[in-house]
Amino acid sequence: MTASESTWTVPARGPVAMFGLIAAEAAIFTIFVVAYVFYIGKSQAGPQPKDVLDAPIFFTLCLLSSSLTIHRAVEALRKGRIRSFGFWWGSTILLGAVFLLGTASEWHRLIYKYGLTIDTNLFGTTYYSLVGLHGFHVVVGLLCLSIVMAFTLLGKVGSQHASRAHVLSLYWHFVDVVWVVVFTVVYVIGR
Amino acid sequence: MVTETIALPAQQIVSRPIVDKLHDWVTTVDHKRLGIMYIVYALIFLVIGGIEAAIMRIQLIRPHNDFVSPQVFNRMFTMHGTTMIFFVAMPLVFGFTNYLVPLMIGARDMAFPRLNAFSFWMTAFGGLLLYFSLLGANGLYGAGNAPDVGWFAYAPLTSLAFSPGHSTDYWTLSLLVSGFGSIGTAINIIATIISMRCPGMTLGKMPLLAWLNLVMSGMVLLAVSPLTAAQMMLLVDRFLGGHFFDTQAGGSAVIWMHFFWIFGHPEVYILVIPAFAFMSEIVPVFSRKVMFGYPVMVGATVAIGFLSMAVWAHHMFTVGMSANANSFFVLATMAISVPTGIKIFNWLGTMWGGKIQFKAPMLFCIGFLFQFLIGGLTGIMLATAPFDWQLSGSYFLVAHFHYVIVGAILFAIFAAIYYWFPKMSGKMYSEALGKWHFWLFLIGFHLTFDFMHIPGLLGMPRRIYTYEPGRGWEIWNVIVTIGVVLQALGIVVFVCNLLLSYLRGKPAGNDPWDAWTLEWSTSSPPPAYNFATIPAVKSRRPLWDLKHPDDPDWKYE
Amino acid sequence: MRYSRGRWVFAFLIIVFCHAASALAQTTNPALSPTNIFAPVSTPADSIFGLSRFVLAVTAAIFTVVFAGLLYAVVKFRRRSNDDGREPPQVYGSNQVELAWTVIPILIVVALFLAAARVIATVQNATPPQNAVEVTVIGHQYWWEYRYPKLHIVTANELHVPVSDPEHPTPTFLKLLSADTDHSFWVPRLAGKTDLIPGHPNSMWIDPREPGLYLGQCAQYCGTQHAKMLLRVYVDSPEQFDRWVQDQRQPAHLDAAVSKGRHILETTACINCHTVAGTVANGRFGPDLTHLMSRDTIASGVIRNTTEDLRVWIRNPDVVKPGCLMPSMGLSDQDVDAVTAYLETLQ
Repeated sequence: MTASESTWTVPARGPVAMFGLIAAEAAIFTIFVVAYVFYIGKSQAGPQPKDVLDAPIFFTLCLLSSSLTIHRAVEALRKGRIRSFGFWWGSTILLGAVFLLGTASEWHRLIYKYGLTIDTNLFGTTYYSLVGLHGFHVVVGLLCLSIVMAFTLLGKVGSQHASRAHVLSLYWHFVDVVWVVVFTVVYVIGR
Repeated sequence: MVTETIALPAQQIVSRPIVDKLHDWVTTVDHKRLGIMYIVYALIFLVIGGIEAAIMRIQLIRPHNDFVSPQVFNRMFTMHGTTMIFFVAMPLVFGFTNYLVPLMIGARDMAFPRLNAFSFWMTAFGGLLLYFSLLGANGLYGAGNAPDVGWFAYAPLTSLAFSPGHSTDYWTLSLLVSGFGSIGTAINIIATIISMRCPGMTLGKMPLLAWLNLVMSGMVLLAVSPLTAAQMMLLVDRFLGGHFFDTQAGGSAVIWMHFFWIFGHPEVYILVIPAFAFMSEIVPVFSRKVMFGYPVMVGATVAIGFLSMAVWAHHMFTVGMSANANSFFVLATMAISVPTGIKIFNWLGTMWGGKIQFKAPMLFCIGFLFQFLIGGLTGIMLATAPFDWQLSGSYFLVAHFHYVIVGAILFAIFAAIYYWFPKMSGKMYSEALGKWHFWLFLIGFHLTFDFMHIPGLLGMPRRIYTYEPGRGWEIWNVIVTIGVVLQALGIVVFVCNLLLSYLRGKPAGNDPWDAWTLEWSTSSPPPAYNFATIPAVKSRRPLWDLKHPDDPDWKYE
Repeated sequence: MRYSRGRWVFAFLIIVFCHAASALAQTTNPALSPTNIFAPVSTPADSIFGLSRFVLAVTAAIFTVVFAGLLYAVVKFRRRSNDDGREPPQVYGSNQVELAWTVIPILIVVALFLAAARVIATVQNATPPQNAVEVTVIGHQYWWEYRYPKLHIVTANELHVPVSDPEHPTPTFLKLLSADTDHSFWVPRLAGKTDLIPGHPNSMWIDPREPGLYLGQCAQYCGTQHAKMLLRVYVDSPEQFDRWVQDQRQPAHLDAAVSKGRHILETTACINCHTVAGTVANGRFGPDLTHLMSRDTIASGVIRNTTEDLRVWIRNPDVVKPGCLMPSMGLSDQDVDAVTAYLETLQ
C-alpha cells in the first residue's frame, strides 16, 4: 500500500469535537427558547415581562466585548506574546464576571421587588430556566478560563497551547451567540 | 554455518491477581475494552429486560389474570421499554462503534480516550440508578419506586400531582445522566472519524460502517439534547415548582410530547442506522461481493438522518393537530421510506449474483432483511394518519416497533456479535449452536410478533395490565406468550455459545471470514495499539487490494 | 423434472392464496370481535377502513415483489458444494437500477399521501349540522363523564347517542376534555381514537348507522387503572334515545323507604365526589349518580350493575379496581346494605 503520507491532512480533532459539543448545546438551548416563545403571553397571573424586565444593555455589551478580548488573546498566544495573552484573557474573565453580576442584580430585583420566582407563573419558569441555563454555561466557561489563567500566571502556558486556547474560545463565542438569541427573545420579542 | 541449540529459561507465567486485572478494566481508556464492556453491560440488561417482558406476557396470557398487580405491571412496561432502549440498544450501538471505528479507519484509538471512558461510566451509572429505584421506598415488595409512567413519560402524568414519590425522578435522572454519556460518545465518534483516518482514507473511501456511525453520531447530538432539555424542564417542574408541563397553570401537555418525540423518533433511527452499518459490512463478505451502490448508500443514509428529524409528530396523530399538520407529517414519514427502501434494494443487489454462505452472521442478516421489510411496511400503514387513528396506542403498534427493534435491529446485532466475536475474543464460536440460536429465536420471534398484530386490529390497546374476555383477544395473547419461551431458549443457547466459545473455542486467526476491511489485518484479538504501523489505503476494501493485486478495487471505484 | 416441480409450486401457491383470501374475508366479520376495526358502522370508521384496504393492497404488493426477490436471491445465489472458490464478478453499482428503485417508491409515496390527505380532510374538517347531538366528554382517572349541554343531561360511563340514518344524518359531535391526565376515546367500530388532553380541547364525531352497543376503552395510559376505563356506547333508535333523554332529565327519585341509606350517603364524604341532583350531594370528582340504575354496568364498564356487585364496589372499590381513586369509606355491613338499597332507587 502506498500513499502520500506526507501530504495527508485531516481536520484537527479539538475544534471538531468542540463544534460537536456546540451542536448539542445549541439543540438544548433551542428547546428552551422554543418553550419560552411558546409560553409568551400565556401566564395566567403574576408579573408580566413588560412590567418587570429592563433590557440589560450594559451587561450585554460587556459579554459581547469579551468575545473580542478572547479573540485578541488567542491571537496574542499564537504569536507567543504571553503577557499580552494574559492581559486579554484576564479581561475576558473580568467582562464575563461583570455580566454574571448583572444577571445576579437583575434576579435580585425581580425576586425582591416584583416577587417573580421560578414557580410564580409560566413567565417566571421559562425566564429563569432560559437565562439560568445560559448563566450556568457562563459560569462553566469562566471556570475553564480561570484554570487557564492560573496556569498562565504560573508561567506554564506557551504558544504551543494556542490551538487549545482557540478551542476554548470557540466555546466562549458560542456562549455569546446564545446570549444574543436569548436577549432578542426575552427582552425584545417577549416584551 | 553452525547451528546451536540455545536452552531457553523455563517460561515464568506470572498470573496477576484478579484485583489487578479488574483494575485494568475499570481504569481502561482502550476503545476495544470499553467497547466490550458496553456490549457485555447491554447483554446483561437484555436478559433483565427480557424477564420484564416475560412477566408481562404471563400476566396477559388470559383475561383477568392476577399474576402481578396493576402497579407492578405498569412498572414492568415502563422499565422494559426504558431498559431496552437506553441500556441495551444504545450501549450495544456505542459498544460496537467504539470497538470497530478506530480499527476500521486505521487509527490507534478514539480521538479522546478519557472522554470515552467517562461516557461509558456515565451510561453505566444511569442504568444502575434506574434499577436502584426498585430498592427505594418499600423495597422489592411492590417493586419499590421503579418508574411507572411509561417509557415516554407523558405529562401531566409525570407531574407531582399524579406521580408523587420519586419513581418519575429515577426515570428522569437516570436518562439525564446516560444522555450525557451518549453525547460524549457521539462527539468522540465524530472527532475520531473526521480527524483520525489513516492516510489515503478519504471520506469516500471509509467503510460504510464509519459513514453510518458518523451520521448516527450527528443525530445523537441533535436528538438526545432535546430529551435532555425536556428532562431538565421536568425536574424544574417537580423540584422547583415550575410550570413547564403544569396544565393547571397554563402549561402544555402537548409540548412535552413534541419535545419527547423530537428526540424519540430520531432515536429509533440512531438505533437502526448502526444496524444498517452491520448489514453493509457483513452481507458483502458472505455474498463474496462488493457492496452494491456505495455512494447511494451514503446519500440515502444522510437523507434518512435529515428526514428523521422532520417526522416526529407521526407519534402524535391522535393528539388533535390540524389537518394540515397531520398531512405534513404523513408526507414526511412516507418520504423517509424511499431512502430506506433503497437500502434494502442495495443489499439485495449485493447478494444478487454472489455466492452466499449461510453462516450465523448471514442467517441473521437475511432475517433482518425479511423482518425490516415487514416492519417498514407496517410503518407505512401507521404513517397514513387515519389508519393510525385506529392502530396507534394498540398492540398493532407494539408489534410494529418490536418488529423493527427486535426483528431488524437485534437480529443485526446478533449478526454483528457472531461476525466480530472471533476478532474480539480470538476464538471461533460454535456454528452449530449459532444455528440453533437463530432458528429458535426466529420461530419464537414470529410466533410472538406476527400474531401480536391481530389483537391490535381487534381493538386491544397497549399498556393494559389485563383485558376483558369476549373481545376476541384471548387466543392471540396465548400464542404471543408461547413465542416468548422459544425466544428465551434462543437467548440461553446464545449466551452458552458465547461463554463456551470464549473459554474453549478454536483459535480464530486474523481473518476467519476472508474479509476486506482493516480490522481483519490485525491479530485476533488486536494488540492494545491496534496497528504496528499506521496503514495507508487506496480503496474502500484495502484487504481486497492486497489479496487481489491484479484486480484491485481502486481501479473500479 | 424442473417443469413438474414448477407445477407443484404453482399448485401450492394457489392453495395458499385461497386460504389467505378466505382468511382475509373473515377479518371484516364483526362476530370476530366487538372492537374489530375492520367492521365499521360509522362514517369516520368507514373512511379509515376504505383507506386501510388501499394501503394494505399496496403494501402487500410491495412485500410480494421484494420477498420474491429475496427468496430468489437466497436460493439461486447460494454457494454450491462444488464451488471452485473463485470470487464472483464484483458489481459496484448501477445508476439505472438505482433510479428505477427510487422513482417507483416516490410515486407510491405520492399516491398513498394523497389518499391519506383526503381522508384526513373529510374526517377532521367536518362541521356539525344543526341537528347534531353535542356531547362534552371529560376524561377522569378512571371513568368517563358525559355532559349534553343542549339537552341539560349529565351522566357517566355509558354514552347514549341516536342512530344516524345515512339519508338524513344525525351525527353526534363529541368535545373531548380531561380533568387530570391524558386519556384517549377509542371505540373502533365507530371512529379512530382521539386523545383527551388537559388544557387542549379536541373534537370528534360519529354517525353510527346501526343501533346496538359498541365497546371500546381508554387508549392512552393514564395511570394505575387505565386498563379498566372501559367505553360503552349505546346507539339508540330515535324513540329509545328520546325516552332516555327524558328519563335522564328527571330529578332524583325520592323514596322514603331508603331514607336511612340516603342519610348515610349525605353525611359521609360521598357527597364531596358524587352528585345526586336535588340533594346536597354535588361533588364532581366522581360520576353523577342521579340515574345510576339506568346503567348496565358500574365502575366504568368493569362490573355489572347488580345488587351484589354494587355492594362489593361500595364496600371496597380497591377489590374491583385496585388503585382507583374511590376510597373505601369503612362502612359497616348494614350501612353498606342501606346505601346500596338507596342507590338502587336512583332510576
